[in-house]
Amino acid sequence: MSFKTPMGRVIGLGSAREGAHEWWINRLTSVALIPLTLIFLFTVAPQIGGTRAELVTTLQHPFVAICTILFLLVGFRHLADGLKEVIVDYVHTKGPLVVLLVLTRLGCLFLGFAGAYAVAQIALGA
Amino acid sequence: MVELTLPKNSRMTVGKTWPKPAGANVRAFKIYRYNPDDTANPRVDTYFVDMDDCGPMVLDALIKIKSEIDPTLTFRRSCREGICGSCAMNIDGKNTLACIFGMDEIKGDVRIYPLPHMPVVKDLIPDLTNFYAQHASIMPWLETVTSAPETEWRQTIEDRKKLDGLYECVMCASCSTSCPSYWWNSDRYLGPAALLHAYRWIIDSRDEATGTRLDELQDPFKLYRCHTIMNCTQTCPKGLNPAKAIAEIKKMMVERTL
Repeated sequence: MSFKTPMGRVIGLGSAREGAHEWWINRLTSVALIPLTLIFLFTVAPQIGGTRAELVTTLQHPFVAICTILFLLVGFRHLADGLKEVIVDYVHTKGPLVVLLVLTRLGCLFLGFAGAYAVAQIALGA
Repeated sequence: MVELTLPKNSRMTVGKTWPKPAGANVRAFKIYRYNPDDTANPRVDTYFVDMDDCGPMVLDALIKIKSEIDPTLTFRRSCREGICGSCAMNIDGKNTLACIFGMDEIKGDVRIYPLPHMPVVKDLIPDLTNFYAQHASIMPWLETVTSAPETEWRQTIEDRKKLDGLYECVMCASCSTSCPSYWWNSDRYLGPAALLHAYRWIIDSRDEATGTRLDELQDPFKLYRCHTIMNCTQTCPKGLNPAKAIAEIKKMMVERTL
């Protein structure tokens, strides 16, 4: 029960003055993922089921290594943004909302960097 | 959390079946009924209308039912020609205006419900208070800094043409109430109708508040809950394209940063 006017409710806390940047990044990562995914599918993905030596040889090619690292970083950024949209759409209870947002954001950040580190290590032959 | 099932007191029950008149061309109408004055759940009543003695539009049948069968059936209507937006309802699974939706477009029984996911005042009448407040919040008027000219604000024919496909909106709420994003977040997302109107004023060459309008709309909820689902465009009884208007606003948001 509240005596707030309908207009008062619509105005709420006012405009956050953000969203355009995130929208733009979302489009950029989408476009970037088209070639990056194709390169990944034609270079690294066929190595599934092959030997470790073959995979190492593939990843040691600078172009493949750079594209794979970009694929992981851009992909997980895109995933984090996408998950945020889904969570914000459907979860309205403040507690679970914040927990889910933090977990997905940090999870994607960690997975992206862990993957990039692994590729870099193989590529540089350490 | 989003509620994927109806609350207990909103679950539909089978209602009354009214007497069937004699005639070769009788059609069944299954209509949502809800009366706030009793504690009963909403129900679906079945009426039968002789099509040989009824106009061609769904609204004609509703008026006939109200006049001749059941005067308690409640719905909004006014112009009966698609210009006032009063008789928006969910007919045969589609949000549209009863006055311009022909019954020949429907196969089998005619199922009529109020606009989805809105509080129901009575029968086919949804509570549009929030919807109208959202429309008012986008400043649906010409906003200028320059003082008003002696005669009229001038506009080229080309600039005037930009308003075509926007100014025709009659605020029937068919689009907003067909949008899943609006169902889940109508408390914060403005919805396709209000955003189409916002764009109508953003694109108006005579308006001088474009920046303020964009500032106010740039919000993860007010604007960016639109995920281009396009139910709005598909359902609009006036054939307008709110999804495109929203996309144009999003493009303008980026345009002013590049």
